[in-house]
Amino acid sequence: MLSDFGTLLLFILAAFAFIALVLFGARFLRPDRPNIEKNSTYESGEEPVGNANIQFNIRFYVVALVFVLFDVELVFLFPWATVFGQARLIEATGGRWGWFALTEVILFVVVLALGLAYVWAKGYLDWVKPQPKLPTVETKVPMDLYKQVNERFK
Amino acid sequence: MALPILLTKGLIILVIFGISLLIATYSTYAERKVAAFLQDRIGPNRAGPWGLLQPIADAGKLFFKEDFIPSQASKWLFILGPSLAMFTALMSSAVIPFGDSIRFAWDNVNYDVNVQGIEINIGVLYIFGVVSLGVYGVMVGGWASNNKFSLLGAIRAASQNISYEIALGLSMIAILMMTGSLSVRQIVNEQATFFEWNVFTQPLGFIIFLTCSFAECNRTPFDLPECETELVGGYHTEYSSMKLGLYLFSEYINMFVSSAFISALYFGGFHYPFMNEVNGALEKSMGAVTGHNLATAIGFLVFFGKILFFIFFFMWVRWTLPRFRYDQLMNLGWKIFIPLSILNVVVTGAGLLYDFKYSSWLIVVVMTVLAVMSQAKAPKQQVVPQRTV
Repeated sequence: MLSDFGTLLLFILAAFAFIALVLFGARFLRPDRPNIEKNSTYESGEEPVGNANIQFNIRFYVVALVFVLFDVELVFLFPWATVFGQARLIEATGGRWGWFALTEVILFVVVLALGLAYVWAKGYLDWVKPQPKLPTVETKVPMDLYKQVNERFK
Repeated sequence: MALPILLTKGLIILVIFGISLLIATYSTYAERKVAAFLQDRIGPNRAGPWGLLQPIADAGKLFFKEDFIPSQASKWLFILGPSLAMFTALMSSAVIPFGDSIRFAWDNVNYDVNVQGIEINIGVLYIFGVVSLGVYGVMVGGWASNNKFSLLGAIRAASQNISYEIALGLSMIAILMMTGSLSVRQIVNEQATFFEWNVFTQPLGFIIFLTCSFAECNRTPFDLPECETELVGGYHTEYSSMKLGLYLFSEYINMFVSSAFISALYFGGFHYPFMNEVNGALEKSMGAVTGHNLATAIGFLVFFGKILFFIFFFMWVRWTLPRFRYDQLMNLGWKIFIPLSILNVVVTGAGLLYDFKYSSWLIVVVMTVLAVMSQAKAPKQQVVPQRTV
């Protein structure tokens, strides 16, 4: 007798089989004529400059760190949510179970929300925007109209 | 008895794969037809009647295209990326309850087989986990290409997906609190009466969930990982042939799965108003077996109607809303959705203590009032007279 997770294994095998079929099938059908130009890195048709292991915005890293925090919170909330409304527990405690569970989770969430507030207040969630340089152009449209537009869509 | 069960399970798996692949294939066609409809064009109409064979022509083209792996790329990771994306997309449809159950009689005993890949008691957690794994496909592929556009696209995809995942999970928590179960079938069965559909009890959760699933699927207005104005093709810039096909296909399967999940969690799955009356009448007039199966079939069709509507909705939004800027996207995720969804969990919990399911409306009402008030307070915008050139 197959358990539920045995069926899941069947699913995994079928998915592997499908992907292998597609990739190998394409391999036998398609032409294969590589050359240096084709295999070079795409950089809008220019000669590629250097490697792609470049430095990128540190904000991505901070976001990932804060995410780990909140994802762990979520992992703890899933089991809590399933026992929160259980009639058996509510009856056994004479209705106090719900209040107890809710207070506990509010405490737990508030601590993490404080963390979010801290990160927010410190400005780690703000993305650094490049300062736009306003070009000076000879035009009949008054400059403050442009400014209004810029203000509006800042 | 082991072999028949294995065969039935195998058949169900094949059918589910077949359905999700078919829907994904025809989503590409539908996307182009819907785009054409919204832009007052005709759309693909050359391959077959009304262009119905277009997806097959596209797939054929992808199969016969030359596939080259950039010499700078790390070869195995480059192949692993799209495979992983496709793999997670296919896996996620396993726990969706597509319909009630199929009944067959054997030795005068009625057996019910659920119209579902696997009925596990942690279905929601399973979907949540598999969907999160989907980031790896994009991340691995984008990094392995060793291309600056791809790398930036991959990082954007990763940070966008993880930001919206939290709000997505928190809005699910609110539903789990009302159901007390992580099984998707159980959640669907809780919504048997029309006014207990979670979209009515959890309006705020629904809006958050819908928006976050747009972000998780990398669909417009959240398609920054592959936004062509900034990053050429984003994470799949270097991909060609069937590897590109796997990426594109996995996006459509994800769309199908999230539509199915939205309909199951918030719109009652295969339930529809007066379903019990219809089922009772069918079983009375056509017998317990045939009537039940017919009722299941109706439920299945209703569920697919809901799914197709949401797929259409995904496409509709794509041609309605422009793309977000990156900082706007992050602000929306971190500063609006996460606090709101935390608030939603707390308010829902407090409401449940008084056996009141609709407490989430409180936030919606307060927010609407605040929005109206701030609109009324705001100074009237000066109308700039139109200039003629």
